[in-house]
Amino acid sequence: MRKTLAIFIKEFKSFFYSPLAYVIIAIFTLITGYLFYNVLSWFVEQSFMLAMQAQQYRQAPPKMNLNLHLIRGYFGTLAFISLFILPTITMRLFAEEKKQGTLELLYTSPITEIQVVLGKYLAGLALYVVLLIPTMFFMALLFIYGNPEFLPVLSGYIGLILLSSTFISLGLFISTLTENQIIAAIGGFALSLLLWIIGWGATFAGGTLKPVLEYLSILVHFEDFAQGVIDSTHVAYYLIFTFFGLYLSLKSIESVKWRT
Amino acid sequence: MIEVNELTRYYGQKRAISNVTFKVKKGEILGLLGPNAAGKTTTMRILTCYMPPTAGSATVGGYDIFDQSMEVRQITGYLPENPPLYSDLTVNDYLLFVAQIKGVDKSKTSSEIETVIEKATIGDVRNRVIGKLSKGFKQRVGLAQCLLNNPQVVILDEPTVGLDPKQIIEIRELIKNLRGDHTIILSSHILPEVEQTCERVVIISEGEVVAEDTPQNLTARMKGGERVILELEGDEKQVQEIFNSFPDVTGLHVKKSNSGLLNVEVESKKDLRKEYAQALIAKNVGLLEMQSDKVTLEDIFLHLTTKEEAA
Repeated sequence: MRKTLAIFIKEFKSFFYSPLAYVIIAIFTLITGYLFYNVLSWFVEQSFMLAMQAQQYRQAPPKMNLNLHLIRGYFGTLAFISLFILPTITMRLFAEEKKQGTLELLYTSPITEIQVVLGKYLAGLALYVVLLIPTMFFMALLFIYGNPEFLPVLSGYIGLILLSSTFISLGLFISTLTENQIIAAIGGFALSLLLWIIGWGATFAGGTLKPVLEYLSILVHFEDFAQGVIDSTHVAYYLIFTFFGLYLSLKSIESVKWRT
Repeated sequence: MIEVNELTRYYGQKRAISNVTFKVKKGEILGLLGPNAAGKTTTMRILTCYMPPTAGSATVGGYDIFDQSMEVRQITGYLPENPPLYSDLTVNDYLLFVAQIKGVDKSKTSSEIETVIEKATIGDVRNRVIGKLSKGFKQRVGLAQCLLNNPQVVILDEPTVGLDPKQIIEIRELIKNLRGDHTIILSSHILPEVEQTCERVVIISEGEVVAEDTPQNLTARMKGGERVILELEGDEKQVQEIFNSFPDVTGLHVKKSNSGLLNVEVESKKDLRKEYAQALIAKNVGLLEMQSDKVTLEDIFLHLTTKEEAA
Protein backbone atom coordinates (compact mmCIF):
# COMPACT_ATOMS: atom_id res chain seq x y z
CA MET A 1 0.00 0.00 0.00
CA ARG A 2 2.74 2.40 0.97
CA LYS A 3 4.61 1.59 -2.22
CA THR A 4 1.49 2.19 -4.31
CA LEU A 5 1.18 5.52 -2.55
CA ALA A 6 4.83 6.29 -3.30
CA ILE A 7 4.28 5.67 -7.01
CA PHE A 8 1.08 7.70 -6.89
CA ILE A 9 2.72 10.70 -5.23
CA LYS A 10 5.72 10.61 -7.52
CA GLU A 11 3.56 10.43 -10.63
CA PHE A 12 1.26 13.14 -9.45
CA LYS A 13 4.17 15.41 -8.60
CA SER A 14 5.80 14.66 -11.95
CA PHE A 15 2.78 16.08 -13.75
CA PHE A 16 3.39 19.38 -12.04
CA TYR A 17 7.17 19.36 -12.32
CA SER A 18 6.88 19.55 -16.07
CA PRO A 19 4.77 22.20 -17.81
CA LEU A 20 2.46 19.42 -19.02
CA ALA A 21 -0.08 19.57 -16.19
CA TYR A 22 -0.33 23.35 -16.38
CA VAL A 23 -0.84 23.27 -20.12
CA ILE A 24 -3.50 20.59 -19.86
CA ILE A 25 -5.32 22.40 -17.05
CA ALA A 26 -5.16 25.71 -18.91
CA ILE A 27 -6.49 24.26 -22.15
CA PHE A 28 -9.20 22.26 -20.44
CA THR A 29 -10.35 25.25 -18.41
CA LEU A 30 -10.27 27.56 -21.40
CA ILE A 31 -12.32 25.30 -23.62
CA THR A 32 -14.81 24.20 -20.99
CA GLY A 33 -15.13 27.78 -19.79
CA TYR A 34 -15.80 29.05 -23.28
CA LEU A 35 -18.39 26.36 -23.84
CA PHE A 36 -19.97 27.11 -20.48
CA TYR A 37 -20.26 30.76 -21.44
CA ASN A 38 -21.96 29.73 -24.67
CA VAL A 39 -24.50 27.36 -23.15
CA LEU A 40 -25.25 29.85 -20.41
CA SER A 41 -25.78 32.65 -22.94
CA TRP A 42 -28.02 30.41 -24.97
CA PHE A 43 -29.98 29.48 -21.86
CA VAL A 44 -30.43 33.11 -20.78
CA GLU A 45 -31.48 34.13 -24.26
CA GLN A 46 -34.01 31.33 -24.52
CA SER A 47 -35.43 32.12 -21.08
CA PHE A 48 -35.70 35.74 -22.03
CA MET A 49 -37.45 35.00 -25.34
CA LEU A 50 -39.88 32.61 -23.72
CA ALA A 51 -40.68 35.19 -21.06
CA MET A 52 -41.30 37.80 -23.77
CA GLN A 53 -43.55 35.44 -25.69
CA ALA A 54 -45.45 34.60 -22.52
CA GLN A 55 -45.94 38.29 -21.85
CA GLN A 56 -47.30 38.84 -25.36
CA TYR A 57 -49.87 36.10 -24.98
CA ARG A 58 -50.49 37.05 -21.33
CA GLN A 59 -49.60 33.60 -20.09
CA ALA A 60 -47.50 32.48 -17.15
CA PRO A 61 -43.88 32.23 -18.37
CA PRO A 62 -42.85 28.60 -18.98
CA LYS A 63 -40.19 27.34 -16.61
CA MET A 64 -36.74 26.69 -18.14
CA ASN A 65 -35.05 23.95 -16.21
CA LEU A 66 -31.35 24.47 -15.52
CA ASN A 67 -30.74 20.78 -14.98
CA LEU A 68 -32.55 19.70 -18.07
CA HIS A 69 -31.55 22.40 -20.49
CA LEU A 70 -28.09 23.35 -19.38
CA ILE A 71 -26.34 21.02 -16.97
CA ARG A 72 -27.25 17.79 -18.75
CA GLY A 73 -25.89 18.98 -22.06
CA TYR A 74 -22.88 20.51 -20.44
CA PHE A 75 -21.83 17.21 -18.88
CA GLY A 76 -21.97 15.68 -22.34
CA THR A 77 -19.65 18.45 -23.50
CA LEU A 78 -17.26 17.84 -20.62
CA ALA A 79 -17.13 14.16 -21.48
CA PHE A 80 -16.36 15.04 -25.09
CA ILE A 81 -13.51 17.38 -24.16
CA SER A 82 -12.19 14.74 -21.75
CA LEU A 83 -11.99 12.32 -24.65
CA PHE A 84 -9.37 14.61 -26.23
CA ILE A 85 -7.52 15.66 -23.12
CA LEU A 86 -7.14 12.31 -21.32
CA PRO A 87 -4.66 10.73 -23.75
CA THR A 88 -2.28 13.59 -22.97
CA ILE A 89 -2.46 12.63 -19.30
CA THR A 90 -1.90 8.92 -19.83
CA MET A 91 0.66 9.06 -22.63
CA ARG A 92 3.67 9.66 -20.42
CA LEU A 93 2.82 7.29 -17.60
CA PHE A 94 4.77 4.32 -18.90
CA ALA A 95 6.24 5.58 -22.16
CA GLU A 96 8.42 8.07 -20.33
CA GLU A 97 9.73 5.46 -17.90
CA LYS A 98 10.59 3.24 -20.82
CA LYS A 99 12.41 6.02 -22.61
CA GLN A 100 14.34 7.19 -19.56
CA GLY A 101 15.23 3.64 -18.58
CA THR A 102 13.69 4.11 -15.15
CA LEU A 103 11.55 1.04 -15.64
CA GLU A 104 14.75 -0.85 -14.88
CA LEU A 105 14.67 0.70 -11.41
CA LEU A 106 11.08 -0.33 -10.85
CA TYR A 107 11.70 -3.85 -12.12
CA THR A 108 14.66 -4.37 -9.85
CA SER A 109 13.11 -2.80 -6.77
CA PRO A 110 11.08 -4.82 -4.30
CA ILE A 111 7.80 -3.58 -5.71
CA THR A 112 5.17 -5.58 -7.55
CA GLU A 113 3.82 -4.72 -10.98
CA ILE A 114 0.34 -4.33 -9.53
CA GLN A 115 1.54 -1.57 -7.22
CA VAL A 116 3.17 0.24 -10.12
CA VAL A 117 0.11 0.01 -12.38
CA LEU A 118 -2.28 1.00 -9.64
CA GLY A 119 -0.21 3.96 -8.47
CA LYS A 120 0.05 5.32 -11.99
CA TYR A 121 -3.61 4.82 -12.74
CA LEU A 122 -4.64 6.62 -9.57
CA ALA A 123 -2.28 9.50 -10.33
CA GLY A 124 -3.87 9.92 -13.75
CA LEU A 125 -7.33 9.85 -12.23
CA ALA A 126 -6.32 12.35 -9.56
CA LEU A 127 -5.04 14.78 -12.16
CA TYR A 128 -8.34 14.46 -13.98
CA VAL A 129 -10.20 15.35 -10.79
CA VAL A 130 -7.96 18.42 -10.52
CA LEU A 131 -8.96 19.30 -14.08
CA LEU A 132 -12.60 19.21 -13.08
CA ILE A 133 -12.20 21.72 -10.24
CA PRO A 134 -12.58 24.83 -12.43
CA THR A 135 -15.78 23.40 -13.91
CA MET A 136 -17.09 23.10 -10.37
CA PHE A 137 -16.77 26.86 -10.10
CA PHE A 138 -18.91 27.18 -13.20
CA MET A 139 -21.50 24.95 -11.58
CA ALA A 140 -21.28 26.97 -8.38
CA LEU A 141 -22.26 30.05 -10.38
CA LEU A 142 -25.45 28.29 -11.38
CA PHE A 143 -26.22 27.54 -7.78
CA ILE A 144 -25.56 31.15 -6.78
CA TYR A 145 -27.75 32.72 -9.46
CA GLY A 146 -30.26 29.92 -9.97
CA ASN A 147 -31.63 26.97 -8.13
CA PRO A 148 -30.74 23.76 -9.96
CA GLU A 149 -31.05 20.38 -8.28
CA PHE A 150 -27.82 19.27 -6.67
CA LEU A 151 -27.99 15.49 -7.03
CA PRO A 152 -27.95 15.40 -10.85
CA VAL A 153 -24.82 17.54 -10.74
CA LEU A 154 -23.20 15.13 -8.32
CA SER A 155 -24.19 12.11 -10.38
CA GLY A 156 -22.90 13.89 -13.47
CA TYR A 157 -19.47 14.26 -11.89
CA ILE A 158 -19.51 10.66 -10.73
CA GLY A 159 -20.31 9.65 -14.29
CA LEU A 160 -17.50 11.80 -15.67
CA ILE A 161 -14.99 10.28 -13.28
CA LEU A 162 -16.10 6.74 -14.12
CA LEU A 163 -15.94 7.49 -17.82
CA SER A 164 -12.47 8.95 -17.45
CA SER A 165 -11.38 6.05 -15.33
CA THR A 166 -12.10 3.83 -18.34
CA PHE A 167 -10.20 6.09 -20.71
CA ILE A 168 -7.28 6.38 -18.31
CA SER A 169 -6.89 2.65 -17.78
CA LEU A 170 -7.01 2.03 -21.53
CA GLY A 171 -4.61 4.90 -22.17
CA LEU A 172 -2.31 3.47 -19.52
CA PHE A 173 -2.31 0.17 -21.36
CA ILE A 174 -1.39 1.85 -24.65
CA SER A 175 1.39 3.68 -22.83
CA THR A 176 2.93 0.37 -21.72
CA LEU A 177 3.28 -0.68 -25.34
CA THR A 178 5.59 2.03 -26.56
CA GLU A 179 8.37 4.32 -25.43
CA ASN A 180 7.15 7.07 -27.70
CA GLN A 181 4.75 9.40 -25.92
CA ILE A 182 3.20 10.66 -29.14
CA ILE A 183 2.33 7.16 -30.25
CA ALA A 184 0.95 6.49 -26.76
CA ALA A 185 -1.25 9.59 -27.00
CA ILE A 186 -2.52 8.78 -30.48
CA GLY A 187 -3.13 5.14 -29.57
CA GLY A 188 -4.93 6.07 -26.37
CA PHE A 189 -7.06 8.58 -28.22
CA ALA A 190 -7.90 6.10 -30.98
CA LEU A 191 -8.97 3.43 -28.51
CA SER A 192 -11.10 5.90 -26.55
CA LEU A 193 -12.65 7.29 -29.70
CA LEU A 194 -13.47 3.79 -30.86
CA LEU A 195 -15.41 3.15 -27.66
CA TRP A 196 -17.12 6.48 -28.17
CA ILE A 197 -18.33 5.81 -31.70
CA ILE A 198 -18.77 2.06 -31.61
CA GLY A 199 -22.48 2.46 -30.79
CA TRP A 200 -23.07 4.33 -34.04
CA GLY A 201 -22.81 1.10 -35.91
CA ALA A 202 -25.75 -0.29 -33.95
CA THR A 203 -28.18 1.56 -36.20
CA PHE A 204 -27.26 -0.59 -39.17
CA ALA A 205 -26.30 -3.77 -37.37
CA GLY A 206 -28.88 -6.46 -36.95
CA GLY A 207 -29.46 -9.52 -34.85
CA THR A 208 -27.14 -10.18 -31.97
CA LEU A 209 -24.57 -7.57 -32.96
CA LYS A 210 -26.88 -4.65 -32.33
CA PRO A 211 -27.23 -5.01 -28.54
CA VAL A 212 -23.52 -5.81 -28.25
CA LEU A 213 -22.51 -2.63 -30.05
CA GLU A 214 -25.00 -0.65 -28.04
CA TYR A 215 -23.67 -2.05 -24.82
CA LEU A 216 -20.08 -1.31 -25.77
CA SER A 217 -20.75 2.33 -26.53
CA ILE A 218 -19.30 4.38 -23.74
CA LEU A 219 -21.61 7.31 -24.45
CA VAL A 220 -24.87 5.39 -23.96
CA HIS A 221 -23.80 4.58 -20.43
CA PHE A 222 -22.96 8.14 -19.68
CA GLU A 223 -26.34 9.67 -20.55
CA ASP A 224 -28.09 8.41 -17.45
CA PHE A 225 -25.51 9.93 -15.14
CA ALA A 226 -25.97 13.35 -16.70
CA GLN A 227 -29.68 13.03 -16.03
CA GLY A 228 -29.17 12.23 -12.40
CA VAL A 229 -29.58 8.47 -12.53
CA ILE A 230 -26.90 6.21 -11.15
CA ASP A 231 -27.63 2.81 -12.62
CA SER A 232 -25.57 -0.16 -11.48
CA THR A 233 -25.36 -1.58 -15.05
CA HIS A 234 -23.63 1.59 -16.16
CA VAL A 235 -21.35 1.66 -13.15
CA ALA A 236 -20.53 -1.98 -13.86
CA TYR A 237 -19.71 -1.16 -17.48
CA TYR A 238 -17.14 1.46 -16.48
CA LEU A 239 -15.65 -0.66 -13.73
CA ILE A 240 -15.33 -3.67 -16.02
CA PHE A 241 -13.53 -1.62 -18.64
CA THR A 242 -11.31 0.01 -16.04
CA PHE A 243 -10.28 -3.39 -14.67
CA PHE A 244 -9.81 -4.67 -18.18
CA GLY A 245 -7.47 -1.79 -18.99
CA LEU A 246 -5.54 -2.24 -15.76
CA TYR A 247 -5.29 -5.98 -16.32
CA LEU A 248 -3.92 -5.46 -19.83
CA SER A 249 -1.41 -2.92 -18.52
CA LEU A 250 -0.29 -5.34 -15.85
CA LYS A 251 0.16 -8.21 -18.29
CA SER A 252 1.88 -5.92 -20.73
CA ILE A 253 4.55 -4.77 -18.28
CA GLU A 254 4.97 -8.26 -16.91
CA SER A 255 5.54 -9.55 -20.40
CA VAL A 256 8.36 -7.09 -21.01
CA LYS A 257 10.44 -9.24 -18.70
CA TRP A 258 9.79 -12.35 -20.68
CA ARG A 259 9.97 -10.98 -24.16
CA THR A 260 13.32 -10.86 -25.82
CA MET B 1 27.05 -14.41 -1.08
CA ILE B 2 26.34 -14.68 -4.77
CA GLU B 3 26.37 -17.96 -6.61
CA VAL B 4 25.87 -18.06 -10.32
CA ASN B 5 25.33 -21.46 -11.78
CA GLU B 6 25.47 -22.11 -15.52
CA LEU B 7 23.33 -19.17 -16.51
CA THR B 8 22.24 -19.11 -20.12
CA ARG B 9 20.14 -16.49 -21.76
CA TYR B 10 18.84 -16.31 -25.30
CA TYR B 11 17.40 -13.25 -27.00
CA GLY B 12 15.32 -14.96 -29.62
CA GLN B 13 17.80 -17.05 -31.57
CA LYS B 14 20.78 -15.10 -30.37
CA ARG B 15 22.64 -16.42 -27.36
CA ALA B 16 23.72 -13.62 -25.05
CA ILE B 17 25.41 -15.67 -22.35
CA SER B 18 26.01 -19.35 -21.99
CA ASN B 19 26.87 -21.38 -18.90
CA VAL B 20 28.16 -18.42 -16.94
CA THR B 21 29.31 -19.70 -13.56
CA PHE B 22 31.07 -17.82 -10.76
CA LYS B 23 30.88 -17.11 -7.07
CA VAL B 24 31.32 -13.96 -5.07
CA LYS B 25 32.25 -14.07 -1.40
CA LYS B 26 30.81 -11.74 1.19
CA GLY B 27 32.45 -8.33 1.20
CA GLU B 28 34.35 -8.96 -2.01
CA ILE B 29 34.54 -6.72 -5.06
CA LEU B 30 34.26 -8.74 -8.23
CA GLY B 31 34.96 -7.25 -11.63
CA LEU B 32 33.10 -8.47 -14.67
CA LEU B 33 35.35 -7.66 -17.52
CA GLY B 34 34.63 -8.02 -21.17
CA PRO B 35 34.27 -6.14 -24.42
CA ASN B 36 30.99 -4.50 -25.30
CA ALA B 37 28.17 -6.94 -25.98
CA ALA B 38 30.00 -9.74 -24.16
CA GLY B 39 27.06 -10.43 -21.87
CA LYS B 40 27.99 -8.40 -18.79
CA THR B 41 24.76 -6.44 -18.66
CA THR B 42 22.70 -9.55 -19.35
CA THR B 43 24.36 -11.33 -16.44
CA MET B 44 23.72 -8.39 -14.15
CA ARG B 45 20.14 -8.00 -15.26
CA ILE B 46 19.50 -11.62 -14.45
CA LEU B 47 21.08 -11.26 -11.01
CA THR B 48 18.96 -8.21 -10.24
CA CYS B 49 15.76 -10.02 -11.29
CA TYR B 50 15.22 -7.66 -14.21
CA MET B 51 14.72 -10.68 -16.40
CA PRO B 52 14.86 -14.42 -15.90
CA PRO B 53 17.56 -16.65 -17.40
CA THR B 54 16.69 -19.11 -20.14
CA ALA B 55 18.52 -21.80 -18.22
CA GLY B 56 20.62 -22.12 -15.11
CA SER B 57 20.15 -20.70 -11.68
CA ALA B 58 21.63 -18.16 -9.32
CA THR B 59 21.28 -17.21 -5.69
CA VAL B 60 21.93 -13.84 -4.14
CA GLY B 61 22.36 -13.81 -0.38
CA GLY B 62 20.95 -17.32 -0.30
CA TYR B 63 17.76 -16.37 -2.11
CA ASP B 64 16.93 -17.82 -5.48
CA ILE B 65 16.64 -15.09 -8.10
CA PHE B 66 13.59 -16.72 -9.64
CA ASP B 67 11.59 -18.12 -6.75
CA GLN B 68 12.45 -15.47 -4.16
CA SER B 69 12.80 -12.50 -6.42
CA MET B 70 11.31 -10.01 -3.95
CA GLU B 71 13.81 -11.00 -1.24
CA VAL B 72 16.67 -10.71 -3.72
CA ARG B 73 15.54 -7.24 -4.78
CA GLN B 74 15.22 -6.26 -1.14
CA ILE B 75 18.90 -6.88 -0.44
CA THR B 76 20.29 -5.74 -3.78
CA GLY B 77 21.16 -2.28 -5.00
CA TYR B 78 21.56 -1.94 -8.75
CA LEU B 79 22.97 0.84 -10.83
CA PRO B 80 22.26 0.16 -14.52
CA GLU B 81 24.53 1.52 -17.22
CA ASN B 82 22.19 4.47 -17.75
CA PRO B 83 21.32 5.61 -14.24
CA PRO B 84 17.54 5.29 -13.84
CA LEU B 85 16.78 8.90 -12.92
CA TYR B 86 13.59 10.88 -13.20
CA SER B 87 14.94 14.02 -14.78
CA ASP B 88 12.17 16.28 -13.53
CA LEU B 89 12.45 15.36 -9.85
CA THR B 90 14.87 16.98 -7.44
CA VAL B 91 17.61 14.81 -5.95
CA ASN B 92 15.84 14.80 -2.59
CA ASP B 93 12.46 13.86 -4.00
CA TYR B 94 14.03 11.19 -6.11
CA LEU B 95 15.84 9.57 -3.21
CA LEU B 96 12.70 9.78 -1.11
CA PHE B 97 10.76 8.01 -3.83
CA VAL B 98 13.36 5.27 -4.19
CA ALA B 99 13.48 4.83 -0.42
CA GLN B 100 9.72 4.37 -0.39
CA ILE B 101 9.59 1.81 -3.16
CA LYS B 102 12.49 -0.04 -1.58
CA GLY B 103 10.43 -0.23 1.56
CA VAL B 104 12.78 1.67 3.85
CA ASP B 105 11.20 2.05 7.27
CA LYS B 106 9.34 5.32 7.54
CA SER B 107 11.22 6.36 10.67
CA LYS B 108 14.58 5.60 9.07
CA THR B 109 13.89 7.18 5.68
CA SER B 110 15.44 10.57 6.29
CA SER B 111 18.54 9.20 8.05
CA GLU B 112 19.00 6.65 5.24
CA ILE B 113 18.81 9.41 2.68
CA GLU B 114 21.32 11.50 4.63
CA THR B 115 23.70 8.53 4.72
CA VAL B 116 23.66 7.90 0.98
CA ILE B 117 23.87 11.61 0.20
CA GLU B 118 26.98 11.73 2.30
CA LYS B 119 28.45 8.55 0.80
CA ALA B 120 27.91 9.78 -2.73
CA THR B 121 28.86 13.38 -1.78
CA ILE B 122 25.88 14.98 -3.43
CA GLY B 123 24.91 17.26 -0.56
CA ASP B 124 25.47 20.38 -2.64
CA VAL B 125 22.97 19.41 -5.30
CA ARG B 126 20.29 17.79 -3.18
CA ASN B 127 17.69 20.43 -3.98
CA ARG B 128 18.43 20.65 -7.66
CA VAL B 129 16.45 19.09 -10.46
CA ILE B 130 18.19 15.94 -11.69
CA GLY B 131 17.83 16.82 -15.37
CA LYS B 132 20.00 19.89 -14.86
CA LEU B 133 22.89 18.03 -13.24
CA SER B 134 26.15 17.12 -14.98
CA LYS B 135 26.80 13.55 -16.04
CA GLY B 136 29.13 13.00 -13.10
CA PHE B 137 26.57 14.10 -10.57
CA LYS B 138 23.86 12.07 -12.25
CA GLN B 139 26.06 9.03 -11.89
CA ARG B 140 26.51 9.79 -8.20
CA VAL B 141 22.79 10.22 -7.69
CA GLY B 142 22.40 6.83 -9.37
CA LEU B 143 24.97 5.42 -7.00
CA ALA B 144 23.20 7.00 -4.03
CA GLN B 145 19.98 5.43 -5.20
CA CYS B 146 21.51 1.99 -5.35
CA LEU B 147 22.98 2.33 -1.85
CA LEU B 148 19.64 3.20 -0.28
CA ASN B 149 18.37 0.69 2.25
CA ASN B 150 21.96 -0.41 2.87
CA PRO B 151 21.92 -3.34 0.44
CA GLN B 152 24.12 -6.35 1.13
CA VAL B 153 24.81 -6.71 -2.56
CA VAL B 154 25.65 -3.83 -4.87
CA ILE B 155 25.66 -4.37 -8.62
CA LEU B 156 27.16 -1.63 -10.76
CA ASP B 157 26.99 -1.74 -14.54
CA GLU B 158 29.82 0.28 -16.05
CA PRO B 159 29.72 2.92 -13.31
CA THR B 160 32.33 5.18 -14.87
CA VAL B 161 31.34 5.11 -18.49
CA GLY B 162 31.05 8.53 -20.10
CA LEU B 163 32.66 10.44 -17.25
CA ASP B 164 35.70 12.69 -17.44
CA PRO B 165 38.97 11.47 -15.89
CA LYS B 166 38.50 13.43 -12.66
CA GLN B 167 34.99 12.12 -12.18
CA ILE B 168 36.17 8.60 -12.95
CA ILE B 169 38.73 8.81 -10.17
CA GLU B 170 36.10 10.13 -7.77
CA ILE B 171 33.61 7.39 -8.57
CA ARG B 172 36.34 4.76 -8.20
CA GLU B 173 37.22 6.16 -4.81
CA LEU B 174 33.58 5.98 -3.84
CA ILE B 175 33.39 2.36 -4.89
CA LYS B 176 36.56 1.49 -3.02
CA ASN B 177 35.09 3.04 0.10
CA LEU B 178 32.17 0.68 -0.13
CA ARG B 179 34.46 -2.32 0.25
CA GLY B 180 33.71 -4.41 3.27
CA ASP B 181 30.21 -3.15 3.92
CA HIS B 182 28.81 -4.50 0.71
CA THR B 183 29.44 -7.33 -1.69
CA ILE B 184 30.01 -5.67 -5.03
CA ILE B 185 29.88 -6.78 -8.62
CA LEU B 186 31.21 -4.23 -11.04
CA SER B 187 31.27 -4.49 -14.78
CA SER B 188 33.58 -2.66 -17.06
CA HIS B 189 35.35 -2.79 -20.34
CA ILE B 190 37.94 -0.40 -18.97
CA LEU B 191 40.82 -2.43 -17.66
CA PRO B 192 42.72 -0.22 -15.24
CA GLU B 193 39.45 0.34 -13.47
CA VAL B 194 38.97 -3.31 -12.72
CA GLU B 195 42.64 -3.66 -11.91
CA GLN B 196 42.41 -0.88 -9.35
CA THR B 197 39.11 -1.56 -7.69
CA CYS B 198 38.48 -5.28 -7.84
CA GLU B 199 39.82 -8.16 -5.83
CA ARG B 200 38.81 -10.75 -8.35
CA VAL B 201 38.10 -10.59 -12.04
CA VAL B 202 35.83 -12.67 -14.22
CA ILE B 203 36.53 -12.12 -17.87
CA ILE B 204 33.59 -12.68 -20.17
CA SER B 205 33.85 -12.90 -23.88
CA GLU B 206 31.01 -13.65 -26.26
CA GLY B 207 28.83 -14.76 -23.41
CA GLU B 208 31.27 -17.21 -21.87
CA VAL B 209 33.59 -16.99 -18.90
CA VAL B 210 37.12 -17.21 -20.27
CA ALA B 211 39.10 -16.53 -17.10
CA GLU B 212 38.58 -16.00 -13.42
CA ASP B 213 41.31 -14.96 -10.98
CA THR B 214 42.81 -12.06 -9.07
CA PRO B 215 44.27 -9.28 -11.21
CA GLN B 216 47.75 -10.11 -9.87
CA ASN B 217 47.49 -13.81 -10.67
CA LEU B 218 46.17 -13.11 -14.11
CA THR B 219 49.08 -10.79 -14.74
CA ALA B 220 51.59 -13.29 -13.42
CA ARG B 221 50.10 -16.10 -15.43
CA MET B 222 50.49 -14.15 -18.60
CA LYS B 223 53.95 -12.89 -17.98
CA GLY B 224 56.04 -15.10 -20.24
CA GLY B 225 59.02 -12.93 -21.08
CA GLU B 226 60.53 -9.52 -20.57
CA ARG B 227 59.84 -6.71 -22.95
CA VAL B 228 61.83 -3.51 -22.93
CA ILE B 229 61.09 -0.35 -24.85
CA LEU B 230 63.94 2.03 -25.65
CA GLU B 231 64.48 5.32 -27.34
CA LEU B 232 67.90 5.61 -28.87
CA GLU B 233 70.00 7.99 -30.89
CA GLY B 234 72.26 6.25 -33.38
CA ASP B 235 72.55 4.19 -36.49
CA GLU B 236 69.73 1.74 -37.15
CA LYS B 237 71.96 -1.10 -38.37
CA GLN B 238 74.41 -0.69 -35.54
CA VAL B 239 71.64 -0.85 -32.98
CA GLN B 240 70.23 -4.00 -34.55
CA GLU B 241 73.65 -5.65 -34.40
CA ILE B 242 74.05 -4.77 -30.73
CA PHE B 243 70.77 -6.34 -29.71
CA ASN B 244 71.19 -9.38 -31.93
CA SER B 245 74.48 -10.11 -30.21
CA PHE B 246 72.58 -11.14 -27.08
CA PRO B 247 71.68 -14.82 -27.34
CA ASP B 248 68.64 -14.43 -25.05
CA VAL B 249 66.89 -11.86 -27.21
CA THR B 250 63.83 -13.44 -28.81
CA GLY B 251 62.31 -10.52 -30.62
CA LEU B 252 63.49 -7.18 -31.93
CA HIS B 253 61.68 -4.34 -33.54
CA VAL B 254 63.48 -1.15 -34.55
CA LYS B 255 61.69 1.81 -36.05
CA LYS B 256 62.93 5.25 -36.99
CA SER B 257 60.65 7.94 -35.62
CA ASN B 258 59.92 11.29 -37.27
CA SER B 259 62.39 13.07 -35.05
CA GLY B 260 65.20 10.84 -36.29
CA LEU B 261 65.39 8.85 -33.08
CA LEU B 262 65.05 5.10 -32.95
CA ASN B 263 62.17 3.39 -31.19
CA VAL B 264 63.18 -0.10 -30.19
CA GLU B 265 61.20 -2.92 -28.70
CA VAL B 266 63.17 -5.92 -27.48
CA GLU B 267 61.81 -9.14 -26.06
CA SER B 268 64.01 -11.53 -24.16
CA LYS B 269 63.81 -14.56 -21.92
CA LYS B 270 65.17 -12.74 -18.87
CA ASP B 271 65.72 -9.22 -17.64
CA LEU B 272 68.64 -7.78 -19.64
CA ARG B 273 68.19 -4.07 -18.98
CA LYS B 274 71.61 -3.65 -17.38
CA GLU B 275 73.38 -5.48 -20.19
CA TYR B 276 71.57 -3.45 -22.83
CA ALA B 277 72.64 -0.21 -21.21
CA GLN B 278 76.26 -1.25 -20.93
CA ALA B 279 76.45 -2.50 -24.51
CA LEU B 280 74.78 0.61 -25.91
CA ILE B 281 76.99 3.00 -24.03
CA ALA B 282 80.09 1.03 -24.93
CA LYS B 283 79.19 1.41 -28.64
CA ASN B 284 78.52 5.12 -28.12
CA VAL B 285 74.82 4.94 -28.89
CA GLY B 286 72.73 7.64 -27.22
CA LEU B 287 70.48 5.99 -24.67
CA LEU B 288 67.62 8.41 -24.05
CA GLU B 289 64.99 6.23 -22.53
CA MET B 290 64.48 2.68 -21.41
CA GLN B 291 61.49 1.15 -19.74
CA SER B 292 60.32 -2.29 -18.90
CA ASP B 293 56.97 -3.02 -20.43
CA LYS B 294 54.86 -4.83 -17.86
CA VAL B 295 52.13 -7.17 -18.94
CA THR B 296 48.93 -5.36 -18.06
CA LEU B 297 45.47 -6.67 -17.62
CA GLU B 298 44.83 -5.10 -20.96
CA ASP B 299 47.21 -7.52 -22.65
CA ILE B 300 45.53 -10.42 -20.92
CA PHE B 301 42.18 -9.09 -21.87
CA LEU B 302 43.14 -8.72 -25.49
CA HIS B 303 44.88 -12.06 -25.44
CA LEU B 304 41.91 -13.85 -23.96
CA THR B 305 39.23 -12.15 -25.93
CA THR B 306 40.84 -11.86 -29.33
CA LYS B 307 43.89 -14.00 -29.84
CA GLU B 308 42.46 -17.21 -28.50
CA GLU B 309 39.53 -16.93 -30.79
CA ALA B 310 41.81 -16.56 -33.77
CA ALA B 311 43.83 -19.57 -32.71
